[in-house]
Amino acid sequence: MEVPPGLKYSKEHEWVTAEESVATIGITDHAQDQLGEIVYIELPSVGEKISKDDPFGVVESVKAVSDIYAPISGTVAEVNEGLRESPEVINEDPYGDGWLIKIRVSDSSELDDLMDNEEYEEMVAKEKE
Amino acid sequence: MAAEGKMASAGRIARSTEEAEPSSVAAAGAPDVRSVPLLFEESAAGRSGADVAARAIGEPDAAAILGTGLCRDDITGFPELSEPQVMRHFLRLSQLNFGQAFQFYPLGSCTMKYNPVLNDEMAALSGFAGLHPMTPAHLAQGALELMARLEAALAEITGMDAVSLHPAAGAQGELTGLLMARAYHHKRGAARHKVIIPDTAHGTNPASCTLAGFEVVVAKSNRRGFLEAAEIRRLLSDEVAALMVTNPNTLGIFEPEIAAIAGALHERGALLYLDGANMNALLGVAKPGHMGADIVQLNLHKTFATPHGGGGPGAGPVAVKKHLEPFLPAPRLGRDAGGWRLDYGWPDSIGRLRAFQGNFGMLVRAYSFILALGGNGLAEASRFAILAANYVRKRLEPHYPSATREPSMHECVLTHDLEKRAGVSTLDIAKRLLDFGIHPPTIYFPLVVHGALMIEPTETETRETLDSFVAAMEKIYDEALSNPEMVRTAPHTLALSRVDEAHAARRPVLRWQPTRA
Repeated sequence: MEVPPGLKYSKEHEWVTAEESVATIGITDHAQDQLGEIVYIELPSVGEKISKDDPFGVVESVKAVSDIYAPISGTVAEVNEGLRESPEVINEDPYGDGWLIKIRVSDSSELDDLMDNEEYEEMVAKEKE
Repeated sequence: MAAEGKMASAGRIARSTEEAEPSSVAAAGAPDVRSVPLLFEESAAGRSGADVAARAIGEPDAAAILGTGLCRDDITGFPELSEPQVMRHFLRLSQLNFGQAFQFYPLGSCTMKYNPVLNDEMAALSGFAGLHPMTPAHLAQGALELMARLEAALAEITGMDAVSLHPAAGAQGELTGLLMARAYHHKRGAARHKVIIPDTAHGTNPASCTLAGFEVVVAKSNRRGFLEAAEIRRLLSDEVAALMVTNPNTLGIFEPEIAAIAGALHERGALLYLDGANMNALLGVAKPGHMGADIVQLNLHKTFATPHGGGGPGAGPVAVKKHLEPFLPAPRLGRDAGGWRLDYGWPDSIGRLRAFQGNFGMLVRAYSFILALGGNGLAEASRFAILAANYVRKRLEPHYPSATREPSMHECVLTHDLEKRAGVSTLDIAKRLLDFGIHPPTIYFPLVVHGALMIEPTETETRETLDSFVAAMEKIYDEALSNPEMVRTAPHTLALSRVDEAHAARRPVLRWQPTRA
């Protein structure tokens, strides 16, 4: 399981770049591994507001359909349009080309509620028990 | 590689991806008997079955009879085959199928019990099978009487007051029940737009809520796998129209706080919708009406042994308490001096959801099933279903422990450590079971259980069958440790090996196109 340092992680297995103006959001390597092969993704449109802990998208794999929760609040600035045609990129490169959306952060203090890579790794290890 | 060869030959019936190759076993000199070409591929111009009309009276001129506007001349490549070709085609396909009539089919949550032939015989009686749906009521008294008796039997079994047989399947029954809940609150002048659903629910529940115009609020089940009244109280407000809960839930355990939950809901003016998908655990043992349910839907194709899916349409009757009766779909059965009639005089009815009187043939089969077993027989069936699930759970415990410590009802949800120990997934185990001639259980559901195997043996299996299933599961466990690759690449004995599910979902090819040389 890959958990790069420098990112912030949510309990619902999303990552976010810890930037104060525009932040990039995706799902973790652990999340894509648990979901299995992803076949469909539903993402919000540019300009939509998303709020912390509320679902902003849906990811469907051969196993299950799951909501994607916003780790922080903000307004959608950019959507990874390529995923609509090639959702498998999320499996292949969850922290790179598999990013989901970029948002204009409305309250950067929300980043403080998230975990760093070590805390997230610890949480996943506990979940596995 | 052997597995590849199998994939290629199976491609003739797969056709799910553009990569499907024509049969490659031709190299061995003979066609693979398990490969079934498409009807289109077997076609040859001018071939046909017997055509008596054409020989006796000559080729009719369709355009002259129907008018040119109704005749198309743009259909090409229509398959032309002899009758034996068609017969062999479909019989071969049926032999490649997995079905309850062929194999053990412990597909959790689906109640794949045996469908007794007696029920088919009853449905085939010419008075039922030949009855036109437009037949006036006074000429269809027997059919209407059967429906009235089935309604009464289902009301008795569920402990409810009134029943509609209209809905064509479980999910349509859910929609019917929810539309009634909406109409009920609307009539009382309350706009309630939320429905609470536990995190263990079947996917159809939130889908039906959305379709009925409700917003879904998710209730978390506790660590033991059931719903607590405290959680429902926490989520309740004057905006909540109902709680939609399956009992036993999808972990196969009985909701022990159901009565307290019903009390909490009713105190706040909300309704209890009990999804009867798992009623096979309760027949003659416990009644949803006694648990405080206001609305229940039943799945005749599960609990009452009518065929599933390709074997026949479903049927999802809805049963309600008195205060919801005015909202049931109309027309309803009514009776006056002239006998049974269709009664449209229900002004608060949510209306029609289905043409005519539902899937009538299924109603005949379900009624036949109920009569054949009788009250005690139905209770015995449920007790056997519970016994079978607990037997399998107990015997598999050393290899596949239960996801919950609570006693199982009609199905058990098991887990395993093979992913960690051998890199063998639940999907791999399921695929390997096919090699043992067993239909796999439901997998990866409920979502709250990691790598779940959901096993529902039903009441119709012998102990020997259950033992052979246990033996197969134990063998697969050992194989996963000694030869994981073999399990990961299963099945090895079927016409089709592992299909590429992800590719089929991402880039489905939904239309066959002839390949022109």
